[in-house]
Amino acid sequence: MMQKAGPASVEFRNVTKRYGSVTAVNDISFTIEAGSLVTLLGPSGCGKTTTLRMIAGLEMASEGQILIGGKDVTRLSAADRDVSMVFQSYALFPHMTVLENVAYGPTVKRVPKAQAHDMAREKLAVVGMKGYEDRLPSELSGGQQQRVAVARALVLEPQVLLFDEPLSNLDAKLRRRMREEIRDLQRKLNLTVAYVTHDQEEALAVSDRIIVMSNAVIAQEGAPRQLYEEPADVFVADFIGDANLVEAEIVSVTGDRAEIRLGPVTLSLPSRGMKPGKAKMAIRPESLLIVEAGGPNLLPGTIRKCAYLGNHLDLEIATEAGDFYVTRHGTREIMPEGQMVSLAFADYGVTLVPGG
Amino acid sequence: MRPSTRLLFLLALCGFGLLPWYFTEGMGLRSLGWLSGYPFGKGGSGLALGLSGAAPWLLPGGAMLLVAGLAWPKQDEQRAATVLLWAGAIGFTLFFLQGFAITLRGQGIPWLAALFGASGAAQAGMGPGALVTIVGLLLLFCHGLAYRGFCRGDVFTCSMIGLLVLMIGLFIFFPVVTVLKGALIGSAGTIDFGAFLDRFLDSSIWGLGCLTRDVSCGVAWNTLLLAVLCGAITTLLGLASALLILRTGMPAKWLLRALTVLPIITPPFVIGLALILIFGRTGLVSNFMYEWFDVPRTRWIYGLPGVLLAQVLAFAPIAFLVLIGVVQGIAPSLEEASQTLGARRWETFSTVTWPLLRPGIANAFLIGFVESMADFGNPLVLGGNFEVLSTKIFFAVVGAAHNEGQAAVLAMVLLAFTLGAFWLQQRWLGKKSYTTLTGKGDAGLPTPLPRRVSWLASATVIPWVILTVVIYIIILTGGFVKSMGRDYTPTLEHFLTGFRIDFSRGLYFEGAAWDSFFTTVKLAAISAPLTAIVGLLAAYLLKRQTFQGRAALEFSTMLSFAIPGTVLGVAYILAFNVPPIEMTGTGLILVIAFIFRNMPVGVRSGIAGLSQIDKSLDEASATLSARSATTLWRVVLPLLRPALVAALVYSFVRAMTAVSAVIFLVSAEYNLATAYIVGRVEAGEFGLAIAYSSVLIVVMALGIAIIQLGVGERKLGRRTTETAASPAMAGA
Repeated sequence: MMQKAGPASVEFRNVTKRYGSVTAVNDISFTIEAGSLVTLLGPSGCGKTTTLRMIAGLEMASEGQILIGGKDVTRLSAADRDVSMVFQSYALFPHMTVLENVAYGPTVKRVPKAQAHDMAREKLAVVGMKGYEDRLPSELSGGQQQRVAVARALVLEPQVLLFDEPLSNLDAKLRRRMREEIRDLQRKLNLTVAYVTHDQEEALAVSDRIIVMSNAVIAQEGAPRQLYEEPADVFVADFIGDANLVEAEIVSVTGDRAEIRLGPVTLSLPSRGMKPGKAKMAIRPESLLIVEAGGPNLLPGTIRKCAYLGNHLDLEIATEAGDFYVTRHGTREIMPEGQMVSLAFADYGVTLVPGG
Repeated sequence: MRPSTRLLFLLALCGFGLLPWYFTEGMGLRSLGWLSGYPFGKGGSGLALGLSGAAPWLLPGGAMLLVAGLAWPKQDEQRAATVLLWAGAIGFTLFFLQGFAITLRGQGIPWLAALFGASGAAQAGMGPGALVTIVGLLLLFCHGLAYRGFCRGDVFTCSMIGLLVLMIGLFIFFPVVTVLKGALIGSAGTIDFGAFLDRFLDSSIWGLGCLTRDVSCGVAWNTLLLAVLCGAITTLLGLASALLILRTGMPAKWLLRALTVLPIITPPFVIGLALILIFGRTGLVSNFMYEWFDVPRTRWIYGLPGVLLAQVLAFAPIAFLVLIGVVQGIAPSLEEASQTLGARRWETFSTVTWPLLRPGIANAFLIGFVESMADFGNPLVLGGNFEVLSTKIFFAVVGAAHNEGQAAVLAMVLLAFTLGAFWLQQRWLGKKSYTTLTGKGDAGLPTPLPRRVSWLASATVIPWVILTVVIYIIILTGGFVKSMGRDYTPTLEHFLTGFRIDFSRGLYFEGAAWDSFFTTVKLAAISAPLTAIVGLLAAYLLKRQTFQGRAALEFSTMLSFAIPGTVLGVAYILAFNVPPIEMTGTGLILVIAFIFRNMPVGVRSGIAGLSQIDKSLDEASATLSARSATTLWRVVLPLLRPALVAALVYSFVRAMTAVSAVIFLVSAEYNLATAYIVGRVEAGEFGLAIAYSSVLIVVMALGIAIIQLGVGERKLGRRTTETAASPAMAGA
């Protein structure tokens, strides 16, 4: 009856979306491989949700082409695209029971009622909501509503499944569990998923690839590890995880290594195509190590603040190269303000940042 | 081409090829005499009449319909869209142009008629065939737009926007433009600026004689003075009652609240009628004053004081409804902040509360102003020699002078006043409203009123409440006595005259009022659902869809609020008395007048209802492959039910109580209750008039009560949190 189309790729070709004089999405191109989970990540107002809604057909592109499974869908309405979406607010129909909600998709596609209900029950079982069929959405908890929303989106076995900040209404613990469940479901059912979030930790945890957006354009696209370790610019370095962004000087470049001077310290890092001169550096807070004074190539500093956070300490340390935010794991000794310390640089989490 | 477009094309083809093109007299399904000679003759189809040479000017438009058919086999939607867009637009325009160019002999647009090769020809008004064909072409055009990705590629939405624009254009803009044109056209039938200026600057409109000599002032000044006074007094009363209810421990608050519902179900002139029975020459109070204090009987009630009193009584509740919202909208924490900073009650009131109230007060004033301008019934009943624009328009049309040109000029002046007020409200107040309530809960307690303010408020409100109560007692009992003021013998005579039922020959509705009563209920029952549908559909499109020109469309739906009923009535008879759209004297024109006069009510309650329904529900439905029509039917409408009921009740009640617009449009066959009552008042039959009015009020109160009970039951369902709360009946 309903043939399964299987997961499909999504491709944006130079897509622009304008609202009057405001450009929400400016000339972006990317591809989401079939069967992968790609996250659109960025601060609010960066255009990520608009991009997601253009995949769904809830917004029409002003320019450019959108392809799903290789087919041009740029001007097709949402109803004509084989795409489902899980909304931030879940958007469960309050006047329908859980079963009617999940069976809504097949019902409007004129599938006979009994069959539509069977399809709905099957998906409810997949998300672990068996036994709640006759409840109304208002009688469910947030996490349960979330599962029903996922079941409803899955029921038509769409070529592409979209998530619009699906976890933002849940508490922190539940958020962690639900994101694992979404990832497991995506792997088990081999779905193409586009996932919007502003939570970088969530993005790093679930994605095959991440597209970081900023000011209506793509700032960087890549695997989670690539984004964290080789941020394309200052924005990405700052947005994904925490980073101390400092001004350093590239003394010389030999091959793909660069000799860098930061205050009294000299470091050797991958050059990332940069030329000698002033440059920005991103240093992760866990990559600054507090060590015994007196060793070679150390950055002396003074403790400004020290906060106890249970499993680690948050420190602010003033040095001649600027103030640094440092996290220290593995110790519970609070360090007094004004204490002199020396900072060493780990061989991870320290990188040059191109541009700006 | 999609299947829905194909179906539409076939329908349009039927409209052109099969259905009778023209609207002919005696058209109906009971006797088919008008169909003689089909497919030729009066009831012939467009195609047959075009080919036979009777109306060859229909052929170019028909040809464009066939051109649209070329898109049928096209697989590529973009190519099909091109064909549909061009053929639809050109065909639609051609049919429209020929309709306006070729009308009655000697009218229409001669040079354009010549272009169609129809110099000197005449044709009747458009009928079912023309309707189906032209709407079909418009929708084909809309489908083309949807193929191009307009309205997010949704065919239904695009089509509905097209229909809405057509309807607003045809039934709001076209009549208004016709009035303006009528004002400009002189006796020779051509545009005559001189004559227009003469009529426009006439001293009967703008004269200021009353200031210096003993003649009456121009009707425009009268209207303006009345409206300003009415706006000011209703605002004062509304504010005083709102403050009393919300900010004091006044007893019997329910009474004030109940009094606000009454005007909704009271035909506007009934207050004036009751005032005559109280303060008229032989009224209750006049008799009492004469017999006990020897105060001579006068006719003071006829003129400015009487009209003003009636309007204040009729419209103060509306000001109250506006202002109670404003007073409630002031976050108590702001006043508490002021008090914690050391301000006393009076200082807090004058420096915080009052400035926050000001925009709301201006808004209430403008509403009172516009309502007074648009009011027709009270000046007609109580005006005497005090003429206002709305009554003068009426007498220019139906009076002995029968001067449509003058009516058009007066209508223009009135429209300019109300649109000016409306414009002020939108431009100035739109930006200046201080909504201080946010989504966050505000746990503060409102500050009680300073004592001097609450004394002042009570002193204004109490006389008003007493008078209102007395008036409604008169209305409800006046029908049961022989003659109010003269002879208090209890009698059922008036009710029998109006509503006698003769059972001796079966069930025979013998009373004089039955005809108009049944017509009114029938037309109100037909137009109420249509009004609700059009209004809610417009609300849905305006609130949930984005398309170019959305703001303009929203403005024009709200515009019909600002068009006084009298102006609309004159506009309708001027616009729809001749082909291409000829429907005066039919029930249809009344239904259409009701729909477009009351549509803003539907739009408002629809928008209020929709703003409580999360937009992502629609979107979720769309991504589950439901089209807009399905979404509307299965998701939006069930959640919008309270708004739907409110719109239904309100448009039904307003259709029952309307006077100003319909008094021009009623005919012997389609007489309405209100027009009948006004006729009885003019004939001096107050007893029958008041009896009939009380019957109307009771019928409507019962209707509302029944429907409210019906809605109330829905809330007892097992849903614990209600998503869509019922929007207030306020806002008209």
